[in-house]
Amino acid sequence: MNPAPPLLSVRKLRVSFRDEHGHGAEAVKGISFDIPAGKTVALVGESGSGKSVTAMAITRLLPEHGCHIDPDSEILFGGRNLLTASRSELRSLRGGDIAMVFQEPMSSLNPVFSVGEQIIETLMLHTGVGRKAAQQRALALMQEVGLPAPERKMRSYPHQLSGGQQQRVMIAMAIACEPKLLIADEPTTALDVTIQQQILQLLASLQQKHGMAVLFISHDLELVGQFADEVIVMHHGSIHEHAPVRQIFEAPQDAYTKALLRCRPHLASRPAKLPVIRDFLGDSCYFEPPQRQRGYQTDDRVILEVQGLSVDYHSRHGWFGHHSQRAVDGVSFTLMRGRTLGIVGESGSGKSTLGLALIRLQQASAGRVLFEGEDMLALTPRQLRDYKRRIQIVFQNPYASLNPRFSVAQILTEPMLLHGIGCDTAERLQLAGDWLEHVGLPRKALAKYPHEFSGGQRQRIAIARCLTMHPEILICDESVSALDVSVQAQVLNLLQALQDELGLSYLFISHDLAVVKHLSDQVLVMQQGRCVELADADTLYAAPQHPYTRQLLDAIPQGWPHCIRPRPA
Amino acid sequence: MPHSSPPPAAPHPHNSLTRIGWRRLRRDRVGFAALCIVGAYLLLALAAWSGLVASHWQDEVAHPYAPPTLFAGSAPHHLELDAADIDAADRRAASAAAQDSSGATGLSADEDPLAADLAAAEQQSAQYRSAGQARADSLPLGADQRGRDVLQKLLQGSATSLQVGIAGALLALAIGTVLGALSGYFGGLLDDLLMWGYSVFTSVPDMLLLLAFAAVSGRGIGTVVLVMAFTSWTGTFRLMRAEFLKHKGRDYVRAADAIGAGHGRRMFHHILPNVGHLLLVQFSMLTVALIKYEAILSFLGFGVGVTQVSWGAMLAEAPAELLQGYWWQMLAVTLCMSLLVTAFSLLADSLRDALDPKVK
Repeated sequence: MNPAPPLLSVRKLRVSFRDEHGHGAEAVKGISFDIPAGKTVALVGESGSGKSVTAMAITRLLPEHGCHIDPDSEILFGGRNLLTASRSELRSLRGGDIAMVFQEPMSSLNPVFSVGEQIIETLMLHTGVGRKAAQQRALALMQEVGLPAPERKMRSYPHQLSGGQQQRVMIAMAIACEPKLLIADEPTTALDVTIQQQILQLLASLQQKHGMAVLFISHDLELVGQFADEVIVMHHGSIHEHAPVRQIFEAPQDAYTKALLRCRPHLASRPAKLPVIRDFLGDSCYFEPPQRQRGYQTDDRVILEVQGLSVDYHSRHGWFGHHSQRAVDGVSFTLMRGRTLGIVGESGSGKSTLGLALIRLQQASAGRVLFEGEDMLALTPRQLRDYKRRIQIVFQNPYASLNPRFSVAQILTEPMLLHGIGCDTAERLQLAGDWLEHVGLPRKALAKYPHEFSGGQRQRIAIARCLTMHPEILICDESVSALDVSVQAQVLNLLQALQDELGLSYLFISHDLAVVKHLSDQVLVMQQGRCVELADADTLYAAPQHPYTRQLLDAIPQGWPHCIRPRPA
Repeated sequence: MPHSSPPPAAPHPHNSLTRIGWRRLRRDRVGFAALCIVGAYLLLALAAWSGLVASHWQDEVAHPYAPPTLFAGSAPHHLELDAADIDAADRRAASAAAQDSSGATGLSADEDPLAADLAAAEQQSAQYRSAGQARADSLPLGADQRGRDVLQKLLQGSATSLQVGIAGALLALAIGTVLGALSGYFGGLLDDLLMWGYSVFTSVPDMLLLLAFAAVSGRGIGTVVLVMAFTSWTGTFRLMRAEFLKHKGRDYVRAADAIGAGHGRRMFHHILPNVGHLLLVQFSMLTVALIKYEAILSFLGFGVGVTQVSWGAMLAEAPAELLQGYWWQMLAVTLCMSLLVTAFSLLADSLRDALDPKVK
């Protein structure tokens, strides 16, 4: 194939971490792979797969304490073993031949220096050019990464730029010294879908123009399928499959790769139950369940009707000044009993605020929320108590939504205590255990504390907490967004099963259009606080009316072969 | 990654964060040693307070300024004038007077109308002198001006100082926590009012405030506790206000709101346990500060009453003693107090590390 030696080769890399008890945990278990010059290699895996640790090992950014790299491991770059290189060698390599882009651009940029200054500093440090020349070059770089009005942006501070613009600055800094290898660690995960697409296009075109190799780390197989040459699938610290992108998508060999590809909801199909990893790892063959039909039916009964709901955020200026900003602007919709309404939008679209306003966790400034004809916004706190039980919310971050000082038993019995469900503690504990088993956790988990569970399990506990009150409406505010793909499929299946069994109505708020399509009967698209489109899910995805909806749909990563065409530079 | 990988499973399952914190503290050698020292002090103070030890600290059991046993030889010698000396002086004076052919008053015994009374009084005082117990020449930690045992004073003083420090810290913590919780949780006008009050309070120098309170409200342990609590709640207030402000927007508090928990329940059932570790740290730091404040107050004469002894009161005797070379009382108090204050500070440090839920 390629007679030239690879740009970077990793040989038998083995990394383990030691916790405070001295127990070792192997994060990377002897992996080997090559990165050829000028190619894009993607490292894909779920959290805990060791993909980021691998990247950190290459740049030697792993912490000195508590982290052990096996002495047999080798990372060869241009004939040198990076693991044994001296500090000064490393310094000249990092930012010179090897550059990195991280997930959070805001925390990677220094907030007290202008972004232009930070690019100039990189240039002067690594290329040794004078200030004047560095300034010229920085301007050219900012133009190259597509920042509008680069002269003005040079003098901007990080907080004055949007997330996408910050990431562009990070990329400009990374390519400043014409690196041979660019390591991008989840560079688009913190960004909106439309921005994500732009950044990917930028990376693809820069890669081609400069002929650099890219090591792209991501949890999203669909995303990397769009522009990687080779894909490495990692799981629990070892490589499960390493193949050209075409083979990964058309003829995956490994069961885990197959599972990863299938367990994410797709726009094209809506199986009654999503496949999970376990379906593929067993011996039995996986059969796709029948498709589910979605959409409001004529005989549906209305459970929640929202009319012209608006929410303002007030901030104070000085002693007496007030400043208000409209976060939700006159949104109306109806939710039918036993159905799901999906609410889609990018960050800042007001979709979460809308959810909070419905259960009066956020003060609404106008509009009506009719729960079976009763305006919830007009109720006194005392009257509201009973309605609160009937409409519940599951938050995005399962690590934050459970009180860390409470045991699971306390978490689950508290709502029953407050609403007088069950006559004594024993009965409430019994009920709590029942609900735990209902959401797929063992009864003995009652005695545990939230930090002893994984993210998916915690989200199950949060769902169980809502169920103890027998709610009729469940608001899911990005409830599966923080979870790994395989866990996300399990929680989505759980939500679906609960709807089928208990007849719950869902308000499903998410930025992820594929997930929303999978679960929703009707979809509401929000942009800057306004509802831009509201239609049955199938209609909306098949024939989007509003340009913004079309833009969102176009930006969904669809994997190979929907390759990104590098824009002509 | 969407979220960081879960930490490796703890070896013992079903552990609340509090228990994990306690285990972490046990592993921290310095912190645990500090905890043991503080615990020992508390036990001693409790024993002294309940009268098990050092209840007779006011007895004059030794000669004034009797030196510590170890330094009995080398310590400066105190010249005590006892009855014999006085008798001898009297006799000398009497003989001198006899030479002058008149008594001290210029009168002979027959002429002096008080002579009979004086003789009776002298006999009585001689009786008392012989009834008193024999005074020791040296004591383990020496004696003070009146011959009281410094060790017993020290124990009794520890009880007073710790009592004042801990009670004051608890009261200050309670004031600061309640006000801070109200201010941070409810915000708005209430927050404004409390913050103005806080600003006014902190703009007055602490010492001035302490002395003003102390001067108005007289002496005694209760007063000292109140005075110190009223002047030192501000730090806790600021801390708790910030914490409640931060926590009230957290998802778990919102979730509690969603399940129908009222304000009081959210504030004290949900948020308070999550900031409790900060209160514990604040408590140890406040106790240290208040023990020192008490010493200063008593030193200045605004502290505990004359019938009580505290470290500050003992230190107040030190300047006069040092002039004469009697160093033991001051050294004992200084060492005792330094040990406790250092242990408490180290404990606060270790508690902060051990109980921080973020450091896993």
